[in-house]
Amino acid sequence: MMNNLVLFPILVPFLGAILLMLLPKKIILQRTAALIAGLALIAVSLFLVFHVKQNGITTVNIGNWDAPFGITIVGDMLSSLLVFTTSIVLVCVIIYSFYTIGKPREKFLYYPAVLLMIVGVNGSFLTGDIFNLFVFFEVMLMASYVLLVIGGTKIQLKATIKYLLINVIGSGFFVVAIGVLYSMIGTLNMADISQKINALHGTNTGMLSVAAVLFLFVFGLKAGLFPLYFWLPGSYFAPPIPVLALFGGLLTKVGVYAIIRTFSLFFTKETTFMMPLLGILALITIIFGIIGAISYYDLKTIVIYNILIAIGVILFSVSILSRESVTGAVYYLIHDMIIKAALFLIIGVVMAITGSSSVKKFSGLMTVKPTLGWAFFIAIMGISGIPPLSGFFGKLLIVEGAFSAHEMIGGILVLLSSLFVLMSLIKVFTRGFWGEKSGHLTLTIPYRKMMLPVIILLTLSVLYGVFSNAVYPFIADAVEPIIDPNVYIDAVMKE
Amino acid sequence: MKTNDVLLRNVTKVVAFIIFLFSLHLFFAGHYNPGGGFVAGLTSAGAITLTLLAYDIKTVQSMLNINTIFITGVGLLFAVGTGLLGVFLGKPFLTHVFGYVNLPILGKTSLHTATLFDLGVYLVVVGVTLTIIQSIGESD
Repeated sequence: MMNNLVLFPILVPFLGAILLMLLPKKIILQRTAALIAGLALIAVSLFLVFHVKQNGITTVNIGNWDAPFGITIVGDMLSSLLVFTTSIVLVCVIIYSFYTIGKPREKFLYYPAVLLMIVGVNGSFLTGDIFNLFVFFEVMLMASYVLLVIGGTKIQLKATIKYLLINVIGSGFFVVAIGVLYSMIGTLNMADISQKINALHGTNTGMLSVAAVLFLFVFGLKAGLFPLYFWLPGSYFAPPIPVLALFGGLLTKVGVYAIIRTFSLFFTKETTFMMPLLGILALITIIFGIIGAISYYDLKTIVIYNILIAIGVILFSVSILSRESVTGAVYYLIHDMIIKAALFLIIGVVMAITGSSSVKKFSGLMTVKPTLGWAFFIAIMGISGIPPLSGFFGKLLIVEGAFSAHEMIGGILVLLSSLFVLMSLIKVFTRGFWGEKSGHLTLTIPYRKMMLPVIILLTLSVLYGVFSNAVYPFIADAVEPIIDPNVYIDAVMKE
Repeated sequence: MKTNDVLLRNVTKVVAFIIFLFSLHLFFAGHYNPGGGFVAGLTSAGAITLTLLAYDIKTVQSMLNINTIFITGVGLLFAVGTGLLGVFLGKPFLTHVFGYVNLPILGKTSLHTATLFDLGVYLVVVGVTLTIIQSIGESD
């Protein structure tokens, strides 16, 4: 049956991880197998994108049990696009890992952990069952604990304890939230929950608000929303660069996706205060992200705070929930996954050359490695949204959506945030890349090989910006089930 | 002074065997009665842990001579493999097949591919538990 295609983005990395687990010490084999699994994942998810484009939302009921009773895996355009973006980031990170992660880590099940994390990420994007979403969240988190601690340096151990603690608490609340929802609605299939919530018609919605707040708490914790982002800067500072690129590119975005999916399906009609609350929290997240980004001189920390800004921008536009703003949010989500991964990889190259991520310690990198300098410059322009590049179109739609929904403050704040993103990173560019050559610069690294994945990601990002018209039909399909949940429900329930 | 734990060792020889048989019973009971791959795996690992307590890690490793991470991987392969069986038959992933088969000694027996999935779970549980116990036991 063709429908099993939807499952392959989960199965391909899973099979890859299992096979790699069997032979942990053979590094060459590990590398080639991981790369092959990544490339196969790209092929499969690209095929899935076109399949969904042609045939509409594709679902598969696992074990041949019908929709509300079994687990349904739903491939709509939004999840397919996110899965495709994930696989591209994965391959670039795997190639980058070859030259940077080091043999001890590679021998200690590094690649299986990466692939298992992708299983969790792809599963979270594709599942249509709220408890299955929890399970895939856990798969992703378990693998991310391993990736965070692998190598066992002091800073990693410290960060892992914090990260572990916060995520165990978050997962506990996730189970409680699902329990509250299940005790009210009596089903776990997301489409079925949505249908039954609509059938409530105003009765019993008090408890629904409780469930909504619980879900916002849980996903906000994973995504790094305002009062719950406190773990993120410390934890993300610790791991080695390829792992950081995976985390920064993918993990928080899964939280964002979960917010988009659950809130558009469950909590829009029956609770009036959820979306404004989400909007306000998102705006405060932007402000705190800006404060963090402009106050540090450490390259890694600056980009980590830029993650917060992006999360805020996306969630703010989701909270407006008009067609225009959600289109902008999806555009921006995909752009941000690619560009954040690229930025972290660039930072890795800079750190390999200078031995430090603080811009006060070096300057004049441009005279040594001009390609690196211009790559960084393009990445800055892309992330702050200069017109031909990828960050522009999404933000344009977000701001338009905000203004047409009369959210003046939010719209202006999003515009201002671009300025501060530009400022925080151009500060790095002028201090670190321009000027006289100074600081300790080692040039014995495999520079060209490390730049390859960076160039791939940046090229894709630029193409994504230049050809945003060609991408538009796909994004429009992705937005449809968010604006009108009935599209999603009909595809899953098939009656 | 070296203590002589001849009682513990001799009791272990008998009891570990009984525990292992009990875990096999739990494994095959899973479909109709309480039990299944998870408990069975835990009890099997319990039997091995008991021998670990009575002897030392090196003895047990030479007795069993298994790589625990390898077992975990094989278990996962079993689980995914039974899932893929459905895919090859043109049905959704994890669709199970079952039927009644006349076996030589046991007679008419109901067989279900879910048992193979359970076998995967069993192997993973045994592998993971033993990995945890061994790596904590070996680190100083």
